[in-house]
Parts: sequence; C-alpha cells; structure tokens
Amino acid sequence: MNLSGCAALVRKELTIYFATPIFYIMGFFFLLLSGYFFYTNLVYYSMLSIQIAQQAAQNPQLQAQLNAQEMVFRPLFQVLAVVLLLVVPLLTMRLLAEEKRSGTAELLFTYPLTDWSVILGKFLSALTVYVVLLAFTAIYAIATGFLTSVDWGALLTSYLGMILLGGSLLSLGLFASSLTENQIIAAVMGFSLLLLLWIIGLAQMLGTGPWAKVFQAVSIMDHYDNFTRGVIDTRDLVYHVSFIFFFLFLTKRILESRRWRA
Amino acid sequence: METMIEVQDLTKYYGATCAVHRLNFEVAAGEIVGFLGPNGAGKTTTLKIMAGYLPPTSGMVRINGYDCVAQSLEVRSSLGYLPENVAIYPDLTVTQFLRFAARAKGVEAKAEKAEIDRVMADCGLEEVRNTLTASLSKGFRQRLGLAQALLKLPPLLILDEPTIGLDPSQIVEIRQLIKDLAGDHTVMLSTHILPEVSQICQRVIIINRGQIVASDTVENLSRQVGRGDRILMLVKGPEDQVAAALRTAPGVAQVSGQGEGKFLVETGNGLDLRPQLARLVVEKGWDLLELKSQEFTLEEVFLDLVTEEEPEEES
Repeated sequence: MNLSGCAALVRKELTIYFATPIFYIMGFFFLLLSGYFFYTNLVYYSMLSIQIAQQAAQNPQLQAQLNAQEMVFRPLFQVLAVVLLLVVPLLTMRLLAEEKRSGTAELLFTYPLTDWSVILGKFLSALTVYVVLLAFTAIYAIATGFLTSVDWGALLTSYLGMILLGGSLLSLGLFASSLTENQIIAAVMGFSLLLLLWIIGLAQMLGTGPWAKVFQAVSIMDHYDNFTRGVIDTRDLVYHVSFIFFFLFLTKRILESRRWRA
Repeated sequence: METMIEVQDLTKYYGATCAVHRLNFEVAAGEIVGFLGPNGAGKTTTLKIMAGYLPPTSGMVRINGYDCVAQSLEVRSSLGYLPENVAIYPDLTVTQFLRFAARAKGVEAKAEKAEIDRVMADCGLEEVRNTLTASLSKGFRQRLGLAQALLKLPPLLILDEPTIGLDPSQIVEIRQLIKDLAGDHTVMLSTHILPEVSQICQRVIIINRGQIVASDTVENLSRQVGRGDRILMLVKGPEDQVAAALRTAPGVAQVSGQGEGKFLVETGNGLDLRPQLARLVVEKGWDLLELKSQEFTLEEVFLDLVTEEEPEEES
C-alpha cells in the first residue's frame, strides 16, 4: 500500500469536505439536534436531582443511582446513534459515486495507487470529518463538568463507542457509494442498509429462541450499548473492527471488479 | 531499440459491441506516435486500456515490460495519462490539485514544490495557480490535464487529444513541448488535427472500426497511398489545349485544371514525369511558370485509408 498516496487522498478529500456546503449544513443540524437532546436531558436531570434531593432521607439508594452519565450522556449518545443513520449516508454518498459520475475516477484510477490506498484514504477522510463533528459535542461534557460531577472514564468510553459505531456505519456508506454513480442512489442505499441494521436490533426484542440470539449477535446497536454504559467489552470491539474491515473489503472487491468485468 | 508499448491481439467488447478487434502494434521507447481514426474507431478505448483504466476483453498490452492487467500498479507508475475529457475536482485550486496528483504519483515531499512549479511553467498555468478548477476555461483545464500527466516525467505519455480547446499560440507551445520530450520519453497521442500529427509524430497508426489500417511514417504513407506522383504545373497558354496535350503525354493518368493556368497531373506508380512534361510544354511554345511534385497530405491518406476500408468491411 502506498501510504503517501493514501495521505494525499485524505488531504484532498478533507479539502473537498470543508470546501463544500454539505459539511456545514449537516454539521449545523447535527449539533442543533445533539444540543437540543443534551439540553432537555440536562434539564430533566437537574429537575429530578432537585426532587430526589428533597426526598433523600426517604430514598438514599435512588440518589446514589442518579448520575450525569446515566441521566444525561447515555440517553444523548443513544439518540445520536439514531441521528447517525441520517448523517452517515450524507457524509459517504459522494465518496466514490461522484468520482465515477464526474469522470475524475479516470484520473484517480490511473494514478499508481492501490485499491486499499484509495479505500482507506476515502474512509479515513470521512472518519476524520465525523470525529471533528463529534468533537464539538465535547462542549456539553465540559459544561456539565462545571455543574456536576462527571464520570470521565465512562464518558470517554461512550466516545470510543461513538467513533467505532460511526466507523462501522461509514464503512457501510462507503460500500453503498461504490455501487453506483449517483450520489442520491448511494445515499438512499446507505440509509436503507443502515435502517435495516437498526431494525434487526429491534427484531430481537420481539421474539425468543435461536433467531433472537442471532439478531442480537449481529445487531449493531447491541454492540454499541455497552460503551454508553462505560463498559468496554472485547466482543463489541471485535464486532466493530470486523464490521469495518468486512465492508471495506467488499468495497475493494467492487473496485477490483472493474478490472475483471471485461 | 527497447519496446515501450506492446499490444497483441487486443480486443474489447462493450456488451455485444466490438470497440477494438485484434489490435497488434508496437511502439519503441523514445518514439512519438500519432493514433488516428474516425470517431468511434476505438482510439480512446485502446488508450484507456493502455492507461490501466479499462480491462481488455482479450489480448495483451505490455507497457515498459509490464502487463497492463497483472501488473497494473507498475504500468500506472510508468505513465502519464491525459484523458479525452479532462475531469478535475471542481472544489480544488490548481495548486491543490497538482499537489494531490504529485503525491499520488509518488513525488517526494521535498521535491513536490519544484515539480509543481516546473509543470506549471511548462503548461502556462502560473497565472491561475490559486484559481478553483471549476472556474477554469476549457483551455486552462486542458493545460492542467496535461500538467498532471507530465508530473514526475514518466517514461510514457498517453495523450488523448492534447491540444483540443487550446488557443493557437498555446497549441504551438504544447506541440513543441511534446516534441522536446521525444528521445527520453515515449509519447502516444490521439488527435483529430491531422497537420498536428505531421508536425509532431515520427510514426502514425491509423485505426478504423477497431482495426489497424495503416502504421508507418507520414512520408511512407503518402507514398503508399498515392497511386503515383502528383505534379502541380503552372502554364501560360490556352487552358483546354494545355490540358489536352498533358493528357496525351505517356504515363499521365489524370489531369485536372484548377483555373488560372494551374494543372494537377497525376502519374502512374513510381514515374517521375517532370522532365517530359516540361519539354512538352516548351515544345508547344507555351510558357512554363512553375513545376513541382506534390505529396499526398495526411488528410488525403487518412480519407483514402478510412474510406477504402468501408466497402471491404461491408463485404
């Protein structure tokens, strides 16, 4: 793999991301939604804290369970995971589809770059943009830190979960973008696949027996939930890393196919 | 001499449509070869296969000793490619785009600036270095396409219509630039501008309907295609009598009067009738003002080869 070529591609993609309005529009709505959910969670938490503090003498256990991670950040990160279903296809739809539609693929694929350099360059640039968006939400944590005690370990674990979940969804979005020349089709396909993954997670709640176990094992949200609790489970790490690799690998196969589809 | 391009039995189908059929040719290192053919002849397809962008349906293409399919990366490292329609990322400036192209082609970080400055100077891009490529005129976009192909000075340049959209002075500069590359670099260029081929290329490959119809130097092709020599004469005398006298001269195949005393005399294969014709005119008492041999132009060669092919294909 050509590392300097991959780095050049990341730089090019980031320049394009930050030069186009989609990043700013999407960033605005992402932060608007996350800000709204953070604010409502925080207000609810503070109201509850006051109420419980008044009844502290009667129910000391309840007061012990009440903390910012469980009441503010865990619900926030759970909602943000759903917001990602909308955000990710917008971030990834352009990546490969636009190269093919505009004809720039003809230059890109005649440069001495391996398919892995191209795919990793594209993936890492989308991941960087996503992490930049996510970094803005750190303001909520810092603000909360001034008001009440924050479990920073659990919070950082939640962010690790968000990055892994984002990486997984972005790899799937990139795969969708490799299938078509049309950005809209890439976005719709990406969104549909992400929705399907989310629904699989819900389906396991409806039944019992072996299928429920299978659904649970493949459900992406199930493998995200532990992180929001502040728990790092090796199974979840392996799941997300495998998920990312699997979809990047599928994307590579799609890119390769142009060489044998003679 | 070392072979830079080796094409053997190259065939390419798009679905059921055959774009290139069993193409065979070789290009030696350091040669400048013009690739000609009417629209839809298969030129661009062949160049795309050579550049490693399209796979062939069958056959083999070797560039610099590497196979285009099995050793695609080595092939792509050996060439600079200017596509027919230069598409460039509209959100990047000229410098940003060239920086990306340079790094993607493996130009070292410390050599990057000098390399970009060199190609910008060669292609006249300095004045637009900070302009977004979306705002470039067609001519500048074409120059930028050429500039990225010239980065790192690859041993082989594949240029699909390099001077299209350029202004006349820029065309002259770019043609000179391509000529200067000969010797150290191999250039394969396709174009519709036939005088360009005569001026730049040492050899011409003409394809029609996916097959090679001629491959030789422009001079040799002119000789082969001409059914004989052509002689242009300027004679002061009664035009109908002059024409009749020339027609009766032995070895003359055809005479066409072009007005104002000009006659175009076509002769049989390999015959130089200039001395006999000069004597004939003088003996008749007319004044011979001009007498010169005229070669067939590349346009005529091209039209001759391409139109000759069609009845054969149909039969």
